[in-house]
Amino acid sequence: MKRFAALIDRLIYTRSRNSKLALIVDYLRHTPDPDRGWAIAALTESLDFPAVKSAMVRALLATRVDEELFRLSRHFVGDTAETAALLWPESPTVRGEERLSLSKSRLEPPAAVLRDAPSTSSGAPQDERNSLTVSAAVDALSAATRATAPAILASLLDRLDADGRYALLKLALGGMRVGVSARLAKQAFAQAFDVAVDDVEELWHAIPPPYAPLFAWGEGRAERPDLADVAFFRPFMLAHPLEDGTVDLADYAAEWKWDGIRVQIVRGGAETRIYSRGGEEISAAFPELVAAFDQDAVIDGELLVRGEVQGGEAASFNALQQRLGRKTVSKKMLADYPAFVRVYDLLAVDGNDLRPLPWTERRRQLEGFVPRLAASHFDLSHVIDATDFDDLAERRAGARDAAIEGVMLKRRDAPYVAGRRAGLWYKWKRDPLTADCVMMYAQRGNGRRASFYSDYTFGCWSDEGELLPVGKAYSGFTDEELKWLDKFVRDNTLNRFGPVHEVEKSLVLEVAFDSIHASKRHKSGLAMRFPRISRIRRDKPAEEADRIATLLAMVT
Amino acid sequence: MAKPKSWLEPHPQGLYVKPADLWIDPSRPVERAAVTHGHADHARSGHGAVFATPETLAIMALRYGVDVAASHNQAFAYGDGFERGGVRFSFHPAGHVLGSAQILMEYAGERIVITGDYKRRADPTCAPFEVVPCDIFITEATFGLPVFRHPPTGQEIAKLIGAVRAEPDRSVLVGAYALGKAQRVIAELRAAGWDAPIYIHGALEKMCALYAAHGIDLGDLRLVSETDKADMAGQIIVAPPSALNDRWSRRLPDPVTAMASGWMRVRQRARQRMVELPLVISDHADWDELTMTISEVNPKETWITHGSEDGLLRWCELHQRKARALHLVGRDLEEEA
Repeated sequence: MKRFAALIDRLIYTRSRNSKLALIVDYLRHTPDPDRGWAIAALTESLDFPAVKSAMVRALLATRVDEELFRLSRHFVGDTAETAALLWPESPTVRGEERLSLSKSRLEPPAAVLRDAPSTSSGAPQDERNSLTVSAAVDALSAATRATAPAILASLLDRLDADGRYALLKLALGGMRVGVSARLAKQAFAQAFDVAVDDVEELWHAIPPPYAPLFAWGEGRAERPDLADVAFFRPFMLAHPLEDGTVDLADYAAEWKWDGIRVQIVRGGAETRIYSRGGEEISAAFPELVAAFDQDAVIDGELLVRGEVQGGEAASFNALQQRLGRKTVSKKMLADYPAFVRVYDLLAVDGNDLRPLPWTERRRQLEGFVPRLAASHFDLSHVIDATDFDDLAERRAGARDAAIEGVMLKRRDAPYVAGRRAGLWYKWKRDPLTADCVMMYAQRGNGRRASFYSDYTFGCWSDEGELLPVGKAYSGFTDEELKWLDKFVRDNTLNRFGPVHEVEKSLVLEVAFDSIHASKRHKSGLAMRFPRISRIRRDKPAEEADRIATLLAMVT
Repeated sequence: MAKPKSWLEPHPQGLYVKPADLWIDPSRPVERAAVTHGHADHARSGHGAVFATPETLAIMALRYGVDVAASHNQAFAYGDGFERGGVRFSFHPAGHVLGSAQILMEYAGERIVITGDYKRRADPTCAPFEVVPCDIFITEATFGLPVFRHPPTGQEIAKLIGAVRAEPDRSVLVGAYALGKAQRVIAELRAAGWDAPIYIHGALEKMCALYAAHGIDLGDLRLVSETDKADMAGQIIVAPPSALNDRWSRRLPDPVTAMASGWMRVRQRARQRMVELPLVISDHADWDELTMTISEVNPKETWITHGSEDGLLRWCELHQRKARALHLVGRDLEEEA
């Protein structure tokens, strides 16, 4: 537990992705089974202990600590697991030897006596404290029932120091928030054992924690695990942006690019699973799709929701966001934002892997397959029937569907291969929209940009002549421009609200964005999708920036 | 015996000792002030006469140009004091920073101690806290919640040295309050055997020199502004917290941002400050030190000032100790804890 606690502690304070990766790689290489497997499962939120919940932890604390002191502390700290970890009473002998050693007490025995006194409280002696392993903790928590959980958790907490208690409680309750996605964990595994990340992605979801066969394979101690009859994830085939060139439609098929989330639905071993692009399982958020997908197959498609405004057709990404990131879904959610999948590829069907086949053949089989699925939840993404590239360009420019983000170009003779390979698939997004906005607030960035004001909130003019925020952007500019913007913020700060600087409303920024939607996030009632700074308009007076009304006309 | 309220009045801007017509740590200029220590939220400029330890007066002279030699300003060594309006004042070590003192007041057979800020653990830069028996004990409560338990200082210093050695191409920038914390971190590093030059922000230069002049050896200190960037790789730099993520830090080789403060105990606090290496080193008593000190002093009544008054008040209630919270204004708890 000590190593795991140290890892969590480092991850919390480490902001760069590469540094996080290095920390996990080091941990995986130098920690034995099964601890490392449980640890990585905990980091990626793949563990659940139904008997241990935060209400139970609060109740347990109340048996050791005054409730009022707990309440005041919880209010200050803001997190139940951390409060409990810090408050859990421990024996004085394990808490550092220098304590109070210089106090010149006149009423109490000298500090040396206190220091050398044997432990009298419930805390365990020092040597036992570091011996609790992650797997022993997982075993104990898994065996817990509602009745036994408090005593089990208490005995584990007694064996740990404050950092260890924090790690244990986060492992037990979830909500680790250390910025480690499943994708990052898989990359760390691949890097640690020098294996292909595509292989790791396929195997990951097929093997339950603590992933012993996976580590055995990674370390060359065993064959690659067999995946028959398991609903495992196949790494996605990805596209390059189509920069300036054109392609010959004789070689490439064109499809609409939908503005939803890319998903893979897999049925295997009588189980259906939905995976997101990062290979995270999101089945729990879309139970209606899991229930409706009853064929032995693997599909690749876009998850969308139907919108009333769109007459039951696909709604904008904004509507879909209501359904994302949920562990359970209410009936109201299911009714208000009904999800469906627009299918564009078939990776396996009836036990046959179609990935080696060319797109043309997979497409032929896909068109035959989709009617086997419930039409209420699955439809086919149509091929755009353009005569030539110019015709396609025209259609792309004219597309007004809320859920269309652009065009996909797929090489007709290409097999389905993992990752982003040159020349096979291209994405050709709609030209971004732009608006001239006025910088209103600025904040410092993270990591390399910690000393720069690099995050900007900008606004447009209301009919009443008030500047209302419409978005926030922190990219799109060069390093030189960033230096200039940073200086502008420092020289033009009017007010400070904690980390936020309010600036003189004088600088016009041309902001590019993919689309704009109604939203409660900003006072303007608008929110941009993928906003970035496209130009700094030092030449333009702030009064001539765009009005909210202009942006409203762009809403899809 | 006189009722304490009749001769010591808590006001939002400080404590007023009525028979002596004197304020303790007032937050605005007054005619006569007794000052516990040199931090800006206790020692203000513009008082008519100041009563303090020689070290505190020296610090006030450095910061505000207070005239140490002027006859109306009086310096008192630990254990010494003066009498005014029938009140006997004396200064006793508080263990907070160089020169920090508790002030004991005796009047009409009653003893009141005001701690100012204090801590109980070892600090190579100042005299250790002394328990002074009294009837009314006025204690600070910066860390008056049981979540605050500072780890051993040596452990945090070892963490700092470990971080520097782990990445010799980078530097570690430690944010530490300019008076007290910065010198303590440096002295603790020296005690732990770190004998390389330590690079400091210009804002620390004079205070470090003042400490050295009082016999506290801080070793080889060099100014960042006079050093080449490359020479600071693998080295420790100490700066005030405000400089941590500011333009100033761009002159350092890829710094790891550390911060020495008791607030670093709480992870979210550390994250908010963009700290990569939190060091839980504080010049204030933690929860155990606060509660243990109240037990040791064993006063008839405890008054609690600045900090988490509610937590310590609750503890007193649970231990059947008479206590009340004073609500003084102008105490800056964030920066120097």
